[in-house]
Amino acid sequence: MEIPYTVEAHPETGLNNGKIGIWLFLTSEVMLFGALFATFIMLRIGSDGNWAAMQAEAELNIPLATLNTAVLIASSLTMVMAWASLMRGQLGRFKLFGWMTVGCGGIFLVIKYFEYTAKFEHHHYPESSTFLAIYFAMTGLHALHVIGGMAWNAYFTGPGSKVFHTNRQWLTDRVEHSGLFWHFVDLVWIFLFPVFYLL
Amino acid sequence: MAEPVHASPAHDEHHHEQSFWRKYIFSTDHKVIGVQYSVTGLAFLFFGFVLMMLMRWNLAYPNEPIPFIGSLLGDNRAPGGIMLPDFYNELGAMHGTIMVFLGVVPLAVGGFGNFVMPLQLGAPDMAFPRINMISYWCLFMGGVTMFASFFLPNGAAGNGWTSYSPLADIALNGQTAWLIGMIFLITSSLLGAINFITTAVQLRAPGMTWMRLPFFCWAQIVTAFLLLLAFPPLEAAGVLQLMDRVANTSFFIPEGLVVGGEVLDRSGGGSPLLWQHLFWFLAHPEVYVLILPAMGIVAEVIANNSRKPLWGYRSMVYSLIFLGFMSFIVWAHHMFITGMGSVMSTFFQTTTMIISIPSVIILSALFISLWGGSIRYNTPMLFALGFLPMFGIGGLTGLPLGLSAADIPLHDTYYVIGHFHYVVAPGTLFALFAGVYYWFPKVTGRKMNEFLGKLHFWPSLVFMNGVFFPMMIQGLNGVSRRLADGGISYDFAGEVAGLNRMMSVSAWCLALAQIPFIINFFMSIRNGEKAGRNPWNSTTVEWLAPSPAPHGNFDQPIEVVRGPYEYSVPGSDRDYVPQAEPAST
Repeated sequence: MEIPYTVEAHPETGLNNGKIGIWLFLTSEVMLFGALFATFIMLRIGSDGNWAAMQAEAELNIPLATLNTAVLIASSLTMVMAWASLMRGQLGRFKLFGWMTVGCGGIFLVIKYFEYTAKFEHHHYPESSTFLAIYFAMTGLHALHVIGGMAWNAYFTGPGSKVFHTNRQWLTDRVEHSGLFWHFVDLVWIFLFPVFYLL
Repeated sequence: MAEPVHASPAHDEHHHEQSFWRKYIFSTDHKVIGVQYSVTGLAFLFFGFVLMMLMRWNLAYPNEPIPFIGSLLGDNRAPGGIMLPDFYNELGAMHGTIMVFLGVVPLAVGGFGNFVMPLQLGAPDMAFPRINMISYWCLFMGGVTMFASFFLPNGAAGNGWTSYSPLADIALNGQTAWLIGMIFLITSSLLGAINFITTAVQLRAPGMTWMRLPFFCWAQIVTAFLLLLAFPPLEAAGVLQLMDRVANTSFFIPEGLVVGGEVLDRSGGGSPLLWQHLFWFLAHPEVYVLILPAMGIVAEVIANNSRKPLWGYRSMVYSLIFLGFMSFIVWAHHMFITGMGSVMSTFFQTTTMIISIPSVIILSALFISLWGGSIRYNTPMLFALGFLPMFGIGGLTGLPLGLSAADIPLHDTYYVIGHFHYVVAPGTLFALFAGVYYWFPKVTGRKMNEFLGKLHFWPSLVFMNGVFFPMMIQGLNGVSRRLADGGISYDFAGEVAGLNRMMSVSAWCLALAQIPFIINFFMSIRNGEKAGRNPWNSTTVEWLAPSPAPHGNFDQPIEVVRGPYEYSVPGSDRDYVPQAEPAST
């Protein structure tokens, strides 16, 4: 038995099932991070003006975070290039850009690791202040999303790419969907960066 | 059905006989998954009921040993058979959690939604069969986690199903298990919701326009949107509370909190109210998750058994959508006594009054649908008819709670317990029973026994009211909820404390009244009266499939040509005209 519209688009909606599924999933992700940003606002409002002091004490590393922002934006670019290569039927270029995307995710996590360990060395833990608590909660959850996106992309770039020879459209669609997720993860960071480091 | 363009990686399932494991355990067939959900849901409903029957002993006979099983509970729960208040709290919290998240939601959404909705849409399966399977197994893991938490050294979570902080932050380790279990259950519902919406958008049979959808499908779609958008904030809140518990953060802990006579060694600066906002942002839409599928089932059963089209189908659908939207902006009516200010209270009591309008429209439309019908009083119809006044009582008693002036004295009393149990117990549960009796022939190919069904319905109706109506009286006298002794230590409870025995006896009799259902359920699987494709002479598409339906559902192409409730059409030779029949016959 076949499920209709797994690959071909539905004539009325113009979309296949996976595309609708991923957008619905991203909607729920918006609500997840939305709730966390709301938490951030509530904690900041409720801090009786101590927020700036807590932020200063946390000594977040702005240059490293700026570098990380650049890395993630670059990875979004390579993600699109990977998908575009598949659209043109260039498997080799797809793999190259696919692994570059995964690699950028890896660089992001390594930099994040150095940021976290620097905090721990100065005894800045989630329990130290509500600023650090929400900082670790949100960047930690974001890092988990980066890991998830990397695993997803690594699968389609590596073992999953065999489908290229039997069902190219299916692979292209799946890479487009993982790209949507990857851009979303990138976008979350674009909000996290100013909120924690700059404001 | 469209021809597949290419072979997709997982397509050759139907060529060979599947192994037992693939067919019944790790199945991707929506009908098998629906049955898995239903059986899990029914089992947990029974388990949650058992927890409540234990609690009702202590309410009726405080500080007396529990007969028969008291000695089995262990010294840390009930020394000498006498229930400890801490154990009462565990039972209370887990009764709520299990009934809501592991009983009603799996049965109403996972069970009926999964089994019935693709059939009613004329679809071969859900849009993402493997995700469907994963979502069931996430629920299963959540259920195992919740169940196993009773066997932790300090017992299960005992902070109410609402798990208010800061109590839940500093409680013993049962709460951590509760949070981990909830994260499984939330994941399950999110994956399910994505699947439901995609299926409804993409996989409707040709001709199944939106306004030809059975009302049940609309109810499932709106429910799926509520789950999709309301659950993530609770997931966020759960993660934060978990961090409060394991990483010593202070998201929900204010500065200088004194616990056991000492100031808690935390940074502080958090807000206990934040938890309540995040929790109720989920939990108010959640109560509509509990009631909307029930309304959907009742609408199907009533249209079928009154042999009339639903009255005001379009108004009902628009009301449903409006209800879903409004349910996101009423949550703080659970928080009137938190001191959030009269401006906030005014806003939320206004939205609460507004949201009652679509509920009343739907209920009125269902009542009017009965008018002039040739009603068949079979078991599903009796349960559906029982739903109407019971949900009416539940809904109307909610109005005073939606107004802050009236809510302040009633808050956290048994009046609240009575109100929401009328909505979900004789309300939703009756609708779910109606659904079990109604769709049982489609699942098994056999009907359930009518006599045993009636023996199930009438005592259930009587004893449900015996349990819940006295709660209103107690609540109006000011008896608080969550008192292990039922309030006898307070003077004002004196004159109404005696009602506790009546309620407890009713609850135990209610358990006896479920025995005919259990016998009927298992007996009918093998020995019930054989049902053809369409035992109820129904119009909707699921009855065109064989009973039980094979993998892939339909043995004929489905093309929908008319609306879902064409009963008693003038000039027709039968009193029903199926949705997907050529118009000429």
